[in-house]
Amino acid sequence: MRVTVDLGACQGHGVCHMSAPDVFELDETDGHSIVVQDPVPAELEADAQLGADSCPERAITVLA
Amino acid sequence: MRIVVVGASLAGVRTVEGLRRRGSDADVVLVGAEPGSAEGVAADRPPLSKAFLADPAVEARPLTDRERLGSLGVELLNGRAVDLDLDRRRVGLHGGESVAFDQLVVATGSSPRSVPELEPRPGVHLLRTAADAAAIRAATAEGNRVVVVGGGFIGAEVAWTLRQLGREVAVVEPLPTLMVRGLGPQLGAEFTRRHAEAGVELHLGAAVAEIEGAERVEAVRLTDGTRLPADVVVLGLGTVPETGWLAGAGLDLRDGVVCDGRLAAAGAEGVWAVGDVARWRHPRVGEDVRVEHWTNAVETAGVVAANLTGTPTVHDAVPYVWTDQHGARLQVFGRVRPQDELRVVVGELGGSFVALTGGDGLLRSVIGFGAVKALMPFRKLLVAGAGWDEALAAA
Repeated sequence: MRVTVDLGACQGHGVCHMSAPDVFELDETDGHSIVVQDPVPAELEADAQLGADSCPERAITVLA
Repeated sequence: MRIVVVGASLAGVRTVEGLRRRGSDADVVLVGAEPGSAEGVAADRPPLSKAFLADPAVEARPLTDRERLGSLGVELLNGRAVDLDLDRRRVGLHGGESVAFDQLVVATGSSPRSVPELEPRPGVHLLRTAADAAAIRAATAEGNRVVVVGGGFIGAEVAWTLRQLGREVAVVEPLPTLMVRGLGPQLGAEFTRRHAEAGVELHLGAAVAEIEGAERVEAVRLTDGTRLPADVVVLGLGTVPETGWLAGAGLDLRDGVVCDGRLAAAGAEGVWAVGDVARWRHPRVGEDVRVEHWTNAVETAGVVAANLTGTPTVHDAVPYVWTDQHGARLQVFGRVRPQDELRVVVGELGGSFVALTGGDGLLRSVIGFGAVKALMPFRKLLVAGAGWDEALAAA
């Protein structure tokens, strides 16, 4: 699984980080999401999908 | 297997999408009746009181459409559910047709509260749908005077947005501060102060006696006799769950559809509830809750999609709500209960800050204003179920 964050859409809610802290880190200054595990390891796929689903701006794309 | 989802706003749309992503091969029908929408599908609501209201160039984005649903193999029915027959397992639609189901997901959400003396008329607006927001946007584009009745999240946000556009804005709120239910008394007072500083006229502890004007609104008269001239009135009186169509069906309806932790409706087999309409005992909050926030709609949809595809799941996510006011994002994780203690742990209330509330020995909520990153460690503690002392020690 691959994940990408559209930084133009990301508003720094940080909900993805709460769902999947090992996949999405947050930028120190503006809270934008940073993907730190791509491809996503199998054991984190469910968390990553949850993080993508929970994004209020739909900024995260998941490719199987 | 036939799954019928009634309600085509965020929770309903995400439920059908979640079912397909989880590999469900059931027949899936989405029934939508969003007012003002050609296909009965709602728009994404958060921008309606924010960017959409402020800028005529911003368009409302429908959450999905017939074509996208079709590509998922989901049938979209544009119709309003009027009753439920659990014995025959059918949902009756306005106009006399009915839809059969094996599993039913109630996603009918909530509607803005109205009261008889504040009956909508020309110049008096509710705010729920994209059509509502467009009407307010058009009505207030002429630089006139707006009275917002209700100072909760939506009322305060609408007041702030319109004030930024240079409108004369007054807010009438029966409680002593704005947003007190969501933020508690201290933070409510802080944002009330900011609204006043921005030039929003505040009438707190006040109630509306009547809206004056025969053909269209002219003024709002308060119970203490104060008369507020108004060209436009926006009612932000909270919402009531849309459960009228379920009356008499045998479900437990007490301010929403009462569910267990999996969001299965009490008193029925194969009936579920998602979004604003669902009430359940939240394991983290320790109370029966009904949550009217964006994130909850998404999470409940995920929980029910999981439960309908063989993965038993309980809804225990930390509640989250945000609002954009005073030039920054205000984020609330968890639930601010009136009896809980508040501590500012980063910054100060007058600027950017992170505040915590605690009660009964536990960290209960984390609130940040303009502090996305600084609140992160506290959010982690909240998710982990940290004690109040532990949270304060981390500050």
